[in-house]
Amino acid sequence: MDPMVRSMASGPNKSGFPPATDIDTGVIPIRPSGRGMLQMAVDENRRSAALKAPIKARAEALGFYYGEFKALKDLNIEIREKQVTALIGPSGCGKSTFLRCFNRMHDLTPGSRYEGRIMLLPEEMNLVAPEVDPIEVRMRIGMVFQKPNPFPKSIYENVAYGLRIRGVRSQLRIQEETEKALRGAALWDEVKDRLTHSALSLSGGQQQRLCIARALATSPEMLLFDEPTSALDPIATARIEELIAALREQVTVLIVTHNMQQAARVSDYTAFMYLGELIEFDETSRIFTNPGRKATEDYITGRYG
Amino acid sequence: MSTEGLGHHISSRYNEDLERLRSSVLEMGGLVERQLTQAVGGITEPDARVIVRVAQEELRVNQLERSIDEDCSRILATRGPTASDLRLIITILKTITDLERIGDEGEKIAAIAARLAMRERPHSRYRELRNLGELVIEMVHDTLDAFARLDTELALAVVRRDRAVDEEYEAIHRQSITFMMEDPRSIRRALDVMWVVRSLERIGDHAKNVCEYLIYLVHGKDVRHTKIEEIEKELHAFKG
Repeated sequence: MDPMVRSMASGPNKSGFPPATDIDTGVIPIRPSGRGMLQMAVDENRRSAALKAPIKARAEALGFYYGEFKALKDLNIEIREKQVTALIGPSGCGKSTFLRCFNRMHDLTPGSRYEGRIMLLPEEMNLVAPEVDPIEVRMRIGMVFQKPNPFPKSIYENVAYGLRIRGVRSQLRIQEETEKALRGAALWDEVKDRLTHSALSLSGGQQQRLCIARALATSPEMLLFDEPTSALDPIATARIEELIAALREQVTVLIVTHNMQQAARVSDYTAFMYLGELIEFDETSRIFTNPGRKATEDYITGRYG
Repeated sequence: MSTEGLGHHISSRYNEDLERLRSSVLEMGGLVERQLTQAVGGITEPDARVIVRVAQEELRVNQLERSIDEDCSRILATRGPTASDLRLIITILKTITDLERIGDEGEKIAAIAARLAMRERPHSRYRELRNLGELVIEMVHDTLDAFARLDTELALAVVRRDRAVDEEYEAIHRQSITFMMEDPRSIRRALDVMWVVRSLERIGDHAKNVCEYLIYLVHGKDVRHTKIEEIEKELHAFKG
């Protein structure tokens, strides 16, 4: 080809990406990690830990209906213990619906109905079974929402509340656990001198960390984050992300985010959902450098598919 | 990934940025290819002015290298590219380094060509360089074609040809040693030949590198430092 016309060339290429396959259901196996030229900055120790991590929760043919509308279609996914799993996808893809199944947030939605199971390991408890008490589920699986929603009470009471509900009577124990939770949420140093002040006097980022402390107080096994930083400025966002990274030492984290870069930064695994289906699930470093499916590629690169 | 695949971003400015970046790389490649063709031509058809022309191109090549680098940094900082976009940026950043070095080697060859021309040696005496020169020019040419079309089959063919270059290099090397041992007066000539051969061999390596990046760009597989048979197997796996 003449070098000068080369830049105009855009003929059909014989060897493009492997064609995207049909969306099939079933557990998508994690591909063996290749020797990517660029595996993002993955800490190798962390990565091998991620591959060895036991499974904490498993969705099995999970379906969910809002009345007639089937919002989730036969999801199969394994959530690994003490890892951060991000759920990404365009609005309406069902990622928040899926997240909310984990602590039974849909129970009060009229006409809603679950199909399939979400098993919490090790005891194989089906989280969405009607006979399982949602209060019990929520003690074990905490949730942090998009907008910080502290109770209109003191900072201290916000965190102590869950412990009291749980039946902890000892003031000393409540004090200890509250401090631990506030430290765990990286908020203690900022609020230790004003624990009796109203929680509403805190900044948005602090309020969000207070909500995380509140969720941590009952020592949950899993934490669910539904776009926890979408209402925060970049600095508060960075703090929350730091916190999520630290939290995975103690809990399993599931996070819904619209911010691709955030998913890439904080998570070990990423699930891409579209129209209620799980399209691709893999290690985060894979998803963001070399996704297996065209739909995923189009979404994360900002193309219209 | 197809060449049209660069487009279709929701942001049209992003599309334009990537498209412009790709054209700049191809423009840079075209200049480097011309440098090389002129330099090798200067050896086989003695020409003392060849160095001036090659050096002139070099200015533009360097300028392009800088501006492409800058564009890549800007896109990384502002767009946070992922997946194939990210691989494109990474590939381009690495490719232009190899292209620039091909240009440098071309300049070295041109300098020797100019010197030889002044010495007024009959050009037929450098015939052994013609084969290797043509082989390497073709490699660079095909590398750029492969880049323009994202054609990994062609890229693979270039990688395969690097072996032939290495063999030719070895053959000329041995031949030169023989000449030098037979007649010490041929040492000067043999050394000149060896410098040129050495540069050509390096250019072959750079072309091969670019082809390997290209395979990474299209398939997301790092095939550097991998045996050619294994690369072929990997690529077959993609085609199913």
